[in-house]
Amino acid sequence: MKVKVLCRNPDDYVRETTRDIQRVPRNFDPTLHPFEVPREYTRALNATKLDRLFAKPFVASLDGHRDGISCITKHAKSLSTIISGACDGEVKLWNLPKRECFRTIQAHEGFVRAVCSRFCGTSFFTVGDDKTIKQWNMEAPGYGVREEPINTILGKVVFTGIDHHQTESTFATCGQTVDIWDEQRSSPIRSFSWGVDSFSCVRYNPVETDLLASCASDRSIVLYDTRESAPLRKVIMQLRSNTLCWNPMEAYYFTCANEDYNLYTYDIRHLDVPVTVHMDHVSAVLDVDYSPTGKEFVSASFDKSIRIFPKNKGHSREVYHTKRMQHVICVRWSADNKYVLSGSDEMNIRLWKANASEKLGLLSSREKAAASYNKKLIEKYQHHPQVRRIARHRHLPRDMLNQKRQLQEMKAARRRKEQNVRKHSKPGSVPLLTEKEKHVAAVVE
Amino acid sequence: MAKSSSLQKTLSQGVTLSSAMAADSSDEEDLSVNDQAISASEDDEEGSDDERKHQKLLEAISAMGGRKRKKQKERSEASVQVSEFFVNAEGTGEKVNLSDLLKTIEKTSVASNKTKKQLKNLQDSKQTLELPLNKQQTEKIQRSIAYEKTTKEVSTWENIIVQNQKAEQMVFPLNQESSAPKLVEQVVASWKVQTPLEQEIFGLLHKNSQPSNDPVLTPVEEASLKAMSLEEAKIRRAELQKARALQSYFEAKARREKQIKSKKYHKVKKKGKLKKFVKQFDEMVKTNPEEALDELKKMELARMKERMSLKHQNSGKWAKSKAIMAKYDDSARKAMQEQLQMNKDLTQKVVVPSDDEHESNEEASETVPDFANDPEPVLDPVNPWMRGQLTREEPEVSRVTTEEAQTAEEVNEEEELLGEFERKRKLRQADEEDLMTTEEESKKEEPASEVVEDDVVEVSDTEEEAEEEEEDVSEFNTLFRLMRSEKTVEGPKHTPGQEVEEELLNEGEIQVRNMEDLELLGEDVEPQPTAEASLPQTAAEEDTSEPLNKKKREIDLQEVLTKEAKAVRVPFLPTVIEDEEQGEQISLIKEAFAGDDVISDFIKDKKKQEADGMPKVVDLTLPGWGEWGGVGLQPSQRKRKRFTTKMAPPPPRQDRKLPDVIISEKESASVASHQVSHIPFPFQNTAQFESSIRTPIGSTWNTQSVVKKMTKPKVLTTLGAIIEPMAKDMKNNKSTTPAGKEPAIVLEGNKTAKGDSEGSEKSRRRTKSKKKKN
Repeated sequence: MKVKVLCRNPDDYVRETTRDIQRVPRNFDPTLHPFEVPREYTRALNATKLDRLFAKPFVASLDGHRDGISCITKHAKSLSTIISGACDGEVKLWNLPKRECFRTIQAHEGFVRAVCSRFCGTSFFTVGDDKTIKQWNMEAPGYGVREEPINTILGKVVFTGIDHHQTESTFATCGQTVDIWDEQRSSPIRSFSWGVDSFSCVRYNPVETDLLASCASDRSIVLYDTRESAPLRKVIMQLRSNTLCWNPMEAYYFTCANEDYNLYTYDIRHLDVPVTVHMDHVSAVLDVDYSPTGKEFVSASFDKSIRIFPKNKGHSREVYHTKRMQHVICVRWSADNKYVLSGSDEMNIRLWKANASEKLGLLSSREKAAASYNKKLIEKYQHHPQVRRIARHRHLPRDMLNQKRQLQEMKAARRRKEQNVRKHSKPGSVPLLTEKEKHVAAVVE
Repeated sequence: MAKSSSLQKTLSQGVTLSSAMAADSSDEEDLSVNDQAISASEDDEEGSDDERKHQKLLEAISAMGGRKRKKQKERSEASVQVSEFFVNAEGTGEKVNLSDLLKTIEKTSVASNKTKKQLKNLQDSKQTLELPLNKQQTEKIQRSIAYEKTTKEVSTWENIIVQNQKAEQMVFPLNQESSAPKLVEQVVASWKVQTPLEQEIFGLLHKNSQPSNDPVLTPVEEASLKAMSLEEAKIRRAELQKARALQSYFEAKARREKQIKSKKYHKVKKKGKLKKFVKQFDEMVKTNPEEALDELKKMELARMKERMSLKHQNSGKWAKSKAIMAKYDDSARKAMQEQLQMNKDLTQKVVVPSDDEHESNEEASETVPDFANDPEPVLDPVNPWMRGQLTREEPEVSRVTTEEAQTAEEVNEEEELLGEFERKRKLRQADEEDLMTTEEESKKEEPASEVVEDDVVEVSDTEEEAEEEEEDVSEFNTLFRLMRSEKTVEGPKHTPGQEVEEELLNEGEIQVRNMEDLELLGEDVEPQPTAEASLPQTAAEEDTSEPLNKKKREIDLQEVLTKEAKAVRVPFLPTVIEDEEQGEQISLIKEAFAGDDVISDFIKDKKKQEADGMPKVVDLTLPGWGEWGGVGLQPSQRKRKRFTTKMAPPPPRQDRKLPDVIISEKESASVASHQVSHIPFPFQNTAQFESSIRTPIGSTWNTQSVVKKMTKPKVLTTLGAIIEPMAKDMKNNKSTTPAGKEPAIVLEGNKTAKGDSEGSEKSRRRTKSKKKKN
């Protein structure tokens, strides 16, 4: 005979230790938890509101420079150190957690045009208006010892940019030509020139480390390969690009900051049309830097704001500004993907959070779970008008807002005019150009 | 060409002597040329002697002059004057022409005809060489070649980049150290001495240590470590797990089948197997005779074994016990019979199918009657008991033989039995499933079955569900329903219980509700007779249905509902079950709402709403235009007709089939501001978008693991870790494994989890669809 008994397994409800959490049996029967969509919608709305509520991106301001900041660079091996150069030739090294300057060097006469750290983090290079390249030790000299560069190279022309190779002891500078230098030599091992122009920026590709790109003052961006004797290709745009930055995770993409208020992401294999045009700034974009994850980049503009763009989106997801921040000249994304540093005209370096509403510091697992759930909810309901309205709303200073409206109006007018011209001319004589196609003047082989 | 290039070389080296040239040419020619060259150099030496004399002479002449010119000492490169081979380097500054060099060749008779011919051709040809490309063009070519090379190199990243872009989650820094245990040697090697004590100990340890040149890992070991990446290992593990799971399923199945005690089942199964084998064997004979032979050999072996053993001889303990029982027990007899049959089958000689034998066998089988082939246990000499049986009980035996004769029928029976077993199993499974299903499903089935019978009942059922969910029972609704149930009781009275008629009745009820529906009804009904006019039978049916319709129309909903309903008790109709309590409640409610006629109010309200929704006729006629106007003059009929426009009818109301519900079709502004107005970009239709919204991701609706999976952040970074750019060796590492490959086999656990979530989603969807109204 079979006897059926009701039984309960104590393993199901008894805790192993008294410090263990209580077991809470849950019944996931959907009839017991109705209205899931409205409830989740409410949660999403609340999450969005909280997200905006907690959006306090400004972390710290580092003051101490006596002139506008012209360049910032990250330490290659230390997250807490940054190096900044100012327009009076002073270079300062900062400790970020303490928010203080721990070393000041009078590096150049005139501007410090660019700073870059060596890949090993033991020294850094500066170039200035006094036509010199100087290599400095990362460690401060002993007490009473004068600050002396390890190495000084005298050049014939002003160097405007410098970047160090990712793994080798070579670096590249730009001025009237793009030069590749060996650290041990006082003359460039190779110099590239293509037409007469001056360059404003040169950057090594961090992934394909033999590739280089530079922005020239003749509105062009030139690509180089250090293994070749000649430059690779040149793309000429409608206006000049100020700086560019390679995507650190995707070898063939770079983004350039242009004078026409836009940023352009290019695929070096198809230079004739940019992959994405990033618009939102209302003045010339002066600097750009990718996040180390390669998913987003930050741009600094003359319009006194910095913006964060997803790498494949046309518009920014975030804009940072403060009343006191003037034209932002340089910007960097910290190597742990958490912070953004901006250096501006009014002698301050500002530290921002990369995610405005992110909680800093260690999080408990519940906090983490809640944060990721909220993030996912906002993502899920992002198309709902209320959620989108709240998530997208940003306060802009009056000037910037007016300028933005003005620009919109101008753009609409231009489009209208183009449409009218097209309407009143022979069909096909006024071609329909996409936004991407409008900005490239030519590609020179 | 070779010659000319070598000539050029000599020119560039600045060696002017013809000897050099001769030597060059002699590379491929014979030695005699060399001799010639030497002689030539000798000539030159003589020449230089002459010059020296000439110099001296000049000096002497100059010395003779009155004024003594002071001679300036000059420093000159020795090698210019004197070559390192003690040869006078005469004519250093001069250029050597090709023709000069060629002269020497012409002199030598030894030079091969071939070269001479070539030279002559060269001399004769008047063609000029093409100019090299200008600098710009060469640079352009160089650049484009270099660019192509670079793009090709860069494109190798595409796989990884696409893979990363598609990845659900990326963890940074990319090249994190694996959590796998490290080798002791590696740990030791990476350890650095820091404190002085450690240094001392280290020094002592390593002072007289033997040269340790054995590496931590041999190359082979390293290769084997590298051979399998983590992903591959995962895939392999999944495969193994799958195989193991399958095996365990198989074993479990076998065990289950073994536990089935039904002998009939086993017997039938065994027979089926045997049949199958025979069929297979026949095929094998045709297709693969070798294997068939093997099988035959196996059978032969089995036969031999059987002959040697006493296994099926009815001589065992069991057989003896059965033999005792057999006298009274039919089944025991049968069992013994079977055993003997088995023995016979096994001991039967298997005939090797050679061609002629096969034919003869066939003939034999043709000639010998069927019963001869049949097993005849009766004649079995080994079974004395059976023999006795035969002698004693004739009819019994005959019964057995008839059974045997009916094997063909039995075969069919077997199949049937197997089918029956299968059916039973399915039934059992279904039962289990039924137990598992939620209340809702069973509920859902109920109305489905009732739909056929009654429209109105269906409506009320869904309503019931809604009520259950919301737990908001309005008295009005119950009253309404009760009223209707009474009416349905009344209905059958008029037309004694037929399903078809009932359906028609309900239709009628609905149709009479308003004019619009009346029109619809007309549209529905009218085309039918025209279409079916040709068929006399249907016409007859039509006749019967028409009066019915008429009858239905007589029962006006309004009248029925607004009048005080009489509670009619109909004991023989099980559809309406009225408790006393309910009756009390009704009377109570009636008392409470004695004054106000709620239902007619409701119906009026509904009618009004419907009328509001109907398109209005817009009259745009302006008096006085195109004709006389004035007091008392009306615009002409024609004109009015021309300027009145009728708007298009709106889509049918949602509540047109629900007599007791008003669904407002107005867009509520407060809700609209929260709704998505158009389909957002990646989605292609509303269904897609809605399905993306429908699945909840919170822990209220999902288990923890599912929530964790669904709310996984896209980018995961480690606090305080520097994220280095992608290293070049990533390309090499990743290119070995195909991009985006997942384990081919998903583990069972995951599958079930997915199934669960899907199931819950389904049920949720159901509830949602119900809630949609309002």
